[in-house]
Amino acid sequence: MDTSTHDVLIVGGGGAGLRAAIAVAEADPGLDVAVVSKVYPMRSHTVSAEGGAAAVVKSSDSFEDHCYDTISGGDWLCDQDAVEAFVDEAPRELIQLEHWGCPWSREPDGSIAVRPFGGMKIERTWFAADKTGFHMLHTLYQTALKYEAPTWYDEWFVTSLLVDEGRCQGAVAVEQATGKVQAILAKAVILTTGGCGKVFPYTTNANIKTGDGMALAFRAGVPLKDMEFMQYHPTGLPFTGILITEAARGEGGWLLNKDGYRYLQDYDLGTPEPRPVKRSMELGPRDRLSQAFVQEMRKGRTVDTEHGAVVHLDIRHLGAKTIDAKIPFVRELCLKYEKLDPVEELIPVRPVIHYMMGGVHTDLQGATTLPGLYAAGEVACVSINGANRLGSNSLTELLVFGARAGRAAAERARSAPEAGGAVVRQALDEERRLTTGLLEKRGGGEKVAALRTEMQGAMEAGAGIYRDAAGLDAAAERIQELRERFADVALDDHSLTFNTELTACLELENMLELASAIIESGLQRRESRGAHQRTDHPERDDQRFLSHSLAYRTGGDRPRIELLPVTVTRWPPGERVYGR
Amino acid sequence: MSDQVTLEVFRYRPEEAAEPCFERFTVPARRNWMILDALNHVKEELDGSLSYRWACRMGVCGSCGMTVNGEPVLTCATYLTDAAASRDPVRIEPLHGFPVVRDLIGDIRDFIAKLKRVKAWIVRDDEKPLSEGEYLQTPAQLARYKQYSMCINCMLCYAACPIYPLEPEFIGPAAIALAQRYNLDSRDAGAAERMDVLSQEDGIWSCTFVGECSTVCPKNVDPAGAIQRYKLQATTAWFKSLLMPWRDR
Repeated sequence: MDTSTHDVLIVGGGGAGLRAAIAVAEADPGLDVAVVSKVYPMRSHTVSAEGGAAAVVKSSDSFEDHCYDTISGGDWLCDQDAVEAFVDEAPRELIQLEHWGCPWSREPDGSIAVRPFGGMKIERTWFAADKTGFHMLHTLYQTALKYEAPTWYDEWFVTSLLVDEGRCQGAVAVEQATGKVQAILAKAVILTTGGCGKVFPYTTNANIKTGDGMALAFRAGVPLKDMEFMQYHPTGLPFTGILITEAARGEGGWLLNKDGYRYLQDYDLGTPEPRPVKRSMELGPRDRLSQAFVQEMRKGRTVDTEHGAVVHLDIRHLGAKTIDAKIPFVRELCLKYEKLDPVEELIPVRPVIHYMMGGVHTDLQGATTLPGLYAAGEVACVSINGANRLGSNSLTELLVFGARAGRAAAERARSAPEAGGAVVRQALDEERRLTTGLLEKRGGGEKVAALRTEMQGAMEAGAGIYRDAAGLDAAAERIQELRERFADVALDDHSLTFNTELTACLELENMLELASAIIESGLQRRESRGAHQRTDHPERDDQRFLSHSLAYRTGGDRPRIELLPVTVTRWPPGERVYGR
Repeated sequence: MSDQVTLEVFRYRPEEAAEPCFERFTVPARRNWMILDALNHVKEELDGSLSYRWACRMGVCGSCGMTVNGEPVLTCATYLTDAAASRDPVRIEPLHGFPVVRDLIGDIRDFIAKLKRVKAWIVRDDEKPLSEGEYLQTPAQLARYKQYSMCINCMLCYAACPIYPLEPEFIGPAAIALAQRYNLDSRDAGAAERMDVLSQEDGIWSCTFVGECSTVCPKNVDPAGAIQRYKLQATTAWFKSLLMPWRDR
């Protein structure tokens, strides 16, 4: 078996991974850093982020305001020390990206322009028109190419972490082009593989967002934190799930029910004004807007289409000039994928799965509970997002914590011992599992695609916007049944050359792990907070649940859940107030 | 139109057969399906071994470029029924100009190497500290290079380029457009270094200005325009160096 050795191994080539790679290269140019990504880095899902990245830049804005918006937006489940570190470093990271060439939109005098986003008291969203994630990712990738250091494992898929003597010492990966299995040893490993939206059927997420890093850590004994908090974005296109950015509402768009009525006024989100009002109506937080949609649907006031119920996003009053200048991608997407022009027509939208607030439990440096293993970006849960992420915090998060994890991993790599021989034997076992256990296996009655569709259906039915114990229990049973059936899965494709079915099979295995963690965390949290709404426990319960859920993998059917108290520094839990 | 569409899909499985072939699949003619949806239907329902790349399915990740009815397109942004209206069966091949790895997957490592060669990043001698804030850039300065920054690296322009298959060393449309993107950025000082690369034989001069690259670009980047602009700059620089050899470029 081929083996390669590096100081720092980064798994995932999106925004967080690239920022981490640059941080390692800058911390110590002598360090050998490698980036493994299952797609070419510029294909990573960071590319799809539209609206922007938050950081305090206006003199009217402040550190306290960004902290408060984030913490109240997160329904007080954020760790406030993490939020303070995040808000403090956010402007520096966005300026760093400006120095690297990111084409941020500008004011007439050449300074950075900002715009309002949902749940924000003061506008602080930096943007590059409405392709912010695209420009950030390409800027990071092109900047990373400048450094000699990184070894790029493009289109390699990591299948397991190598752990021995209580520390992470590398990973096993498949080169997709050839099917070669290789042990990649390292003194420190950083997971930056993004979220897991594909556990659900309707999502803004790319096909590649299968929670691989979360599952890798979970199997290695690392707890997953707050997995019950899955964000629905209120404005996705109905058939494709394509995101229509919150910036459309930040610029002044309205949400209308079937009667053309701005229905959010009925859900304690303020009173309608012609111009956008921050923290009010359409600029309320995503969880509240998605929940209002379901209420409105139950009242029969949504519009029925062949793809289910929708409401309308109306941006016609903004005019072609503003739309083309500020949100041109919205127009491009509507023309292409809905065959309608939002300058003249209403955009049909519905809530779709968008973001995993939970993830691999880390400290403020991105370190997990397993020495040598770090995580940053959506794969991680450093707890700045709490129970509901504020729009435009995630792009900034991947910079701030990608850089922190990179620096921490570089520091460890300078002193940690080399990987031992025992992990190479583990890698050989993994190679056998992949080849004789899966690739060469014949017979077997189950198909990857069918199991995936059933899993997604079970999650939407039992763990959607509103949940209760009976529905979650039923989903847990369904997922357990699917996991048993997965043991009987067989591939159509037995080829070593770019076997995308093998990759999809391993991704499904990962998602089934995460589905269990999402459901069990949701069952144990017997309260309603942010994106986790229990109809059988409709109130927030700070007495019992001002705590994170930590899901541990067990030998049995279901994960074990432990609670970890939230860190409160300066903002005691209070009521979330929007529009008043 | 009938309620079904026949696809004629390029298959290449090097472990099974030395030569590629075409395989036919019948899929429903759904009005709102893109070519990519049809391929996903094939993979999920008919043949799990069909191999192709895709990720965002919203036209921004650049993964799913293929040749459909002879034209390089993003398959996530090309309607199945539109393709069927122009040719039946709909023929789907990998992007031309790249070595085929398997089925619809081409090898694009050459492009990554070229991106590195043209130094597609900000080059600057003096770096001001982050504490001094951003470099000012007016909307007009931003507009000078913005178009070239929209490249999603989807490789359609290379597939359309008549020169690239004949002269694989040619740096090619997207990489030249991205070099130009940085040259025109008011924050950059690397134009001379990039000129050293691009004015070589395999740089801009291979281009015979057919313009196909700009025609197929799904993001209106206009790489052909970038190349023409570059030729003009290079020629001007060459004349200056003849007339004023004492002067730095």
